[in-house]
Amino acid sequence: MNTWLSQLKYLVIGTIFGIIFVKAEVISWFRIQEMFRLQSFHMYGVIGSAVMVGMLSVWLIKKFNIKTLDGETVVFHPKKFNKGQIYGGLLFGLGWAVTGACPGPLFAQIGVGATVVAVTLLSAIAGTWVYGRFREKLPH
Amino acid sequence: MDILTFLQQPWPWYIAGPLIGLTVPVLLLVGNKSFGISSSLRHICAACVPAKVPFFDYDWKKEAWNLFFVGGILLGGIIAGTLLANPAGMSVSPKLVTELSQYGINDYHSLVPVQLFNWPALLSVRGLLMMVGGGFLVGFGTRYAGGCTSGHAIMGLSTLQWPSLVATICFMIGGFIMANLILPFILSL
Repeated sequence: MNTWLSQLKYLVIGTIFGIIFVKAEVISWFRIQEMFRLQSFHMYGVIGSAVMVGMLSVWLIKKFNIKTLDGETVVFHPKKFNKGQIYGGLLFGLGWAVTGACPGPLFAQIGVGATVVAVTLLSAIAGTWVYGRFREKLPH
Repeated sequence: MDILTFLQQPWPWYIAGPLIGLTVPVLLLVGNKSFGISSSLRHICAACVPAKVPFFDYDWKKEAWNLFFVGGILLGGIIAGTLLANPAGMSVSPKLVTELSQYGINDYHSLVPVQLFNWPALLSVRGLLMMVGGGFLVGFGTRYAGGCTSGHAIMGLSTLQWPSLVATICFMIGGFIMANLILPFILSL
């Protein structure tokens, strides 16, 4: 089940993923600025081709009923629409362009030596907590 | 060119993008996990400061894989930032160079602009807004939206979820507003 050893594979996948993040420069504040100022195709190419490969993989998994390594059926979690995707999406977009990072890149930025990003990460955790605390009062 | 020099170059989008996309099937097939990173911030809250908030009252240990995954991203950053770092620095669009030079930003040796994101800058209004304010928006916004670039834009679109398309469009609108309308003001502070 959830043994420490079985979790290590996620550490390995995350590590490879982190290396790709850095080498693709998608964790770069400059690349994010280029994207939102329409000055480069790079980020659009990365996200677009990632979605294409993701879509094709999911289609293949469903089409051929490919099982997990443990022989389980792959489970997909349908998302329900709520207004949070609009309000929250806009707020995250503002944060993405100012910090030059989504949640994943925050961890990678700290890794490449921008230690002060730990403050940004703590602030993001605080933001998540405040959302959780006031969730009932927010429009969804 | 030896292999290390080769790996130190930045990777083009058509290599990096498909590799990032492959994370979707890898996580699904290795452990039936849906790709998503912002949930890790929620699990950290649930583990460290649940404070009897219902939203943080769940068995986060069942989702611990996500914390190992982001731990890996940090480790990957360390490896790529030391062994595989590009000695040439960033090469960015000349238009961006011109725009940023107006604000005195001209150091491209790192992926993160050291002139904006550094410890002393935390004491300035500009730095505080960008690092603390921006971080808060990232954490609050992703949870409110129910996901971030990985959960909505990549996993959500890969599984043809229309709420994820709405969220992704809103991420982009927010980003365009910040980068073009608000950020110039913040940078000039």
